[in-house]
Amino acid sequence: MKLTLKIWRQRNSNDKGKLETYPVDGITTDMSFLEMIDVLNQQLIKDKKDPVAFDHDCREGICGMCSMVINGRPHGPWEGTTTCQLHMRAFKDGDTVVIEPWRAASFPVIKDLVVDRTSFDKIIQAGGYISVNTGNAVDANSLPIDKTNAEDAFDAAACIGCGACVAACPNSSGMLFLGAKVSHLALLPQGEPEREKRVLNMMKTHDDEGFGGCTNTGACEAECPKGISLTNIARLNREYMRAAIGSEEEVR
Amino acid sequence: MSWVVNFFSSSVGKKVIMSLTGLFLCLFLAVHMSGNFLLLQDDGGLAFNEYTKFMTTFPLVKVVSYITYAFIIFHIVDGIMLALNNRKARPVKYAVSKPSNSWQSRNMALLGIVIFFFLVVHLKSFWFELKFGHVPMDANQNKDLYSIVYEAFSQWWYVALYLVSLIALGLHLSHGFQSAFQSLGLNHSKYTPFIKGFGLLFSIVIPLGFAIQPIFVFLKATGRI
Amino acid sequence: MKLDAKIPEGPIAEKWSNYRSNVKLVAPNNKRRIEVIVIGSGLAGGAAAATLGELGYSVKCFCFQDSPRRAHSIAAQGGINAAKNYQNDGDSAYRLFYDTVKGGDYRSREANVYRLAQVSTNIIDQCVAQGVPFAREYGGLLANRSFGGVQVSRTFYARGQTGQQLLLGAYSALSRQIAAGKVKMYNRHEMLELVMIDGKTRGIIARNLITGEIERHGAHAVVLASGGYGNVFYLSTNAMGSNVTANMKAYRKGAFFANPCYTQIHPTCIPVSGHYQSKLTLMSESLRNDGRVWVPKSKNDLSKNPNQIPEEDRDYYLERIYPAFGNLVPRDVASRAAKYMCDKGMGVGKTGLAVYLDFSSAIERYGKAAANTQNIDNPSKKEIEKLGKEVIESKYGNLFEMYQRITDENPYDTPMKIYPAVHYTMGGLWVDYELGTTVPGLYATGECNFSDHGANRLGASALMQGLADGYFVLPVTIGSYLAGEIRTPQTDTNHPAFVEAEKSVKDNINKLLNIKGDKSVDDFHRELGLIMWNKCGMSRNAQGLQEAIKEIQALRKEFWNNVYVPGTADEFNPELEKAGRVADFLDLGELMCRDALNRNESAGGHFREEYRTPEGEAQRDDENYTYVAAWEYAGEGKEPILNKEELTFNDIELKTRSYK
Repeated sequence: MKLTLKIWRQRNSNDKGKLETYPVDGITTDMSFLEMIDVLNQQLIKDKKDPVAFDHDCREGICGMCSMVINGRPHGPWEGTTTCQLHMRAFKDGDTVVIEPWRAASFPVIKDLVVDRTSFDKIIQAGGYISVNTGNAVDANSLPIDKTNAEDAFDAAACIGCGACVAACPNSSGMLFLGAKVSHLALLPQGEPEREKRVLNMMKTHDDEGFGGCTNTGACEAECPKGISLTNIARLNREYMRAAIGSEEEVR
Repeated sequence: MSWVVNFFSSSVGKKVIMSLTGLFLCLFLAVHMSGNFLLLQDDGGLAFNEYTKFMTTFPLVKVVSYITYAFIIFHIVDGIMLALNNRKARPVKYAVSKPSNSWQSRNMALLGIVIFFFLVVHLKSFWFELKFGHVPMDANQNKDLYSIVYEAFSQWWYVALYLVSLIALGLHLSHGFQSAFQSLGLNHSKYTPFIKGFGLLFSIVIPLGFAIQPIFVFLKATGRI
Repeated sequence: MKLDAKIPEGPIAEKWSNYRSNVKLVAPNNKRRIEVIVIGSGLAGGAAAATLGELGYSVKCFCFQDSPRRAHSIAAQGGINAAKNYQNDGDSAYRLFYDTVKGGDYRSREANVYRLAQVSTNIIDQCVAQGVPFAREYGGLLANRSFGGVQVSRTFYARGQTGQQLLLGAYSALSRQIAAGKVKMYNRHEMLELVMIDGKTRGIIARNLITGEIERHGAHAVVLASGGYGNVFYLSTNAMGSNVTANMKAYRKGAFFANPCYTQIHPTCIPVSGHYQSKLTLMSESLRNDGRVWVPKSKNDLSKNPNQIPEEDRDYYLERIYPAFGNLVPRDVASRAAKYMCDKGMGVGKTGLAVYLDFSSAIERYGKAAANTQNIDNPSKKEIEKLGKEVIESKYGNLFEMYQRITDENPYDTPMKIYPAVHYTMGGLWVDYELGTTVPGLYATGECNFSDHGANRLGASALMQGLADGYFVLPVTIGSYLAGEIRTPQTDTNHPAFVEAEKSVKDNINKLLNIKGDKSVDDFHRELGLIMWNKCGMSRNAQGLQEAIKEIQALRKEFWNNVYVPGTADEFNPELEKAGRVADFLDLGELMCRDALNRNESAGGHFREEYRTPEGEAQRDDENYTYVAAWEYAGEGKEPILNKEELTFNDIELKTRSYK
């Protein structure tokens, strides 16, 4: 099938960037979306032009590297699917496909469709861990965990950190990502000792990194490829209030 | 006390202000709407004027009304801060956008602006007149606010302005009510569906109740009923 | 060169504790001044960097991805083994040790494997303490499942994404050390050269992938944790960026490359669908617990709808050839059998390179059982099917969904089509008991070392090895080297060795950019992959390997004359990154073929057609090949030198692996 691609091209973070149009031919329905971009890039290389830069790695929906807004939707039209697992069956011959990078002040564009997501790393560094040195652990079964809590913690921990929630949110808020990590650790007894400090520090970093605030539009949940639920944001709010108002921890 | 400032200036803190003031204003709307049904009583406005007098003079109600004014201002200022901050978080917009969320959830600020302008007109027409304007007395020697309301609502464009604003209010509430609970972290698999259902009902009943009043007066004034 | 594996004295069960009690230590005040570089941030690298940071060393950690959380360890699905014996089914460190050595076809080093089995239990404790959400029973205790044909339930798992959860645990520990200032993280950086001064490792040259800047980083020791090299086959289950560059740079500086030919081909992957294919997707091994593998008996049925082929016309070849293990034979055996059937012309699908993995028997079996528990008398065929599908969905729902998304076929109704694909590489840099390579101060951990898996890795053992190396082994053993470095001042990165290394890196980049030929990097990579797959893949023979060496040499020559790399050196340039990696894969490919040619036996993932039993099974030659082949770089264009580490088995008796 033939498609018309409109792709965001931007040489580097200082460049202004613009959408450019590329026709592609010979696309089959079995291809993944990224393989379709591969086809375009091979063509561009043959024509001695600069191929489109895009992030990708595992191509099996788990590393969280791929990050494209396809026709206005992060990771494209299929629900619960990363860009790498989106297949060309989702499109028809003759379609025009607009491809843009994640748009957020906290995710500056590096080149074309590649953005810098180190702000997510910084949020985790602010407290998304349990302070246990190697070798300090007690026997794994010495601490039984309620199965429901364990399952909820897992659901939250399934976040792959791709940033689709930020890309989808009209406010570029990182609350679903933050809420997922805070929930994961708050639901487990191991997370208890650092519970208040963690949420306060992570929230501060979230705000400092330039993410917007949550207005509960639900766009993040709808576009999350791993189905992370909004209840995690509610829990985050609860945890934050509990820590800020109810604990002795300093609110920075 | 810096923790208080820090708390309320965090993105969750701002949401807490938004939701607490919003929920309070919901309560206010419910009371305001119920009381105003006295407009429908066929007594030339005597009961309504009596009620108006009570609401403007009873000390406790006065205190509550000042809280209401303050909360409206908080709600607006906080909303503006949130909106500006959130705009800054996305300096470059998408060329194509196909949102999967509801229109009203994305346009709470716009709806808020519509409601704000309505509020200005509304307060100018009634509250300002009652306080500072020349209002005749009724048979019971109460200020006859009823006659002013009657006059205002007999103009079709005034009623139309109300109806448009009430639609905006309904949309604002349909997202805002349940959203307030989410912001406060009040989410529970057993109760949240009820809150959402109630929020939807609330966002229909309140504007509908308010709408009945000008429509009724308009129809009456123009001799249709 | 005589290879000294530095195996500690004493009975096998006490070697590790003896070693730990006697290893030299570095005092805390000295640790602060000692710098260690870690290349890679997966389970091995992330865990090592975090633990070294906790110990007080000054650590620099590098990864080519945009975040350490994205290393390819993340993609592991099934689980992680540990000899916890929580199920009271008789498991022990010895059993795990025994299974691993046997599964590896007796080509691994006993002492290392025993240590792996011992520390496996610490890994689970550590991960749980970090908040890794392992699957649990209703009582709140950890759940286990069985995996890969062993007789105990020792696999811990987190749904189908154990790798991601373990990696997030290591990443969180790493993040904590980054926040504490003990680890400095370099995302989107690629190591392009190892720097040696006076015969010792003193640092690396790295390229900032965003700006293209070439950076010098000094250290007292360098730890490689750069993963496996399955992408030499172009198509594999590895991530697109997985590469062998760090290993090859080390190899050229004198680190020996051990057993490069041992490659694990995973039997259950989604078949190739076209030329454009960029990667192969794994379907978890757990599917073979319930799926039955078959091909049609008659060639006339190959293009028929599989549901219309009656039971008696199907060849359930694994059950037929290996009645004892059936569909649960180890990976190497299952893969070879599938290839054998397809080579015979019995493969199905468009390309004829696929076999069926059929769940209809399981659906019927589960359906009947479910009808029974729900007290449905005389259930109809439809009811049974519905109930059975529900059970299958609860067990494998996400995998079935993924299959359908990729192939557009519904595996509940039509059997899956599967084919083997390159998955893991057992070979890697040669390391001694301390995980030290033959280059002083250079260590290798995780999949990038030649590891504990011998010639074949058992399921759920890769995660175990990566974390064992990273958390519990390397941070201890590296002390024995660093204790001798406490007087070494901080490395001067203006030393001529750094200047020269930087120049060679820049020259290499400029060379690649200035060829300006006609073929893209992917064209060469694809061609290399095809040669490797056809001649050094699931089965090999001397003639094919000799041809492959010549073909790779020719391809390498063409690459250096005709590759086209767009863009410049001082920008974000993914094609340039790929070009450097493919250049190293070309060198590795030849080395793999040489190793495969040298090993005149069939063992685990290495199957030589000339060496098989009359029934066609792999035939080891314990008399002549019970050694680790460690290849030494001899210089550009020269044949590498073979060094041997003889393997001695004192605690396990060498036997023929049989699954019949």
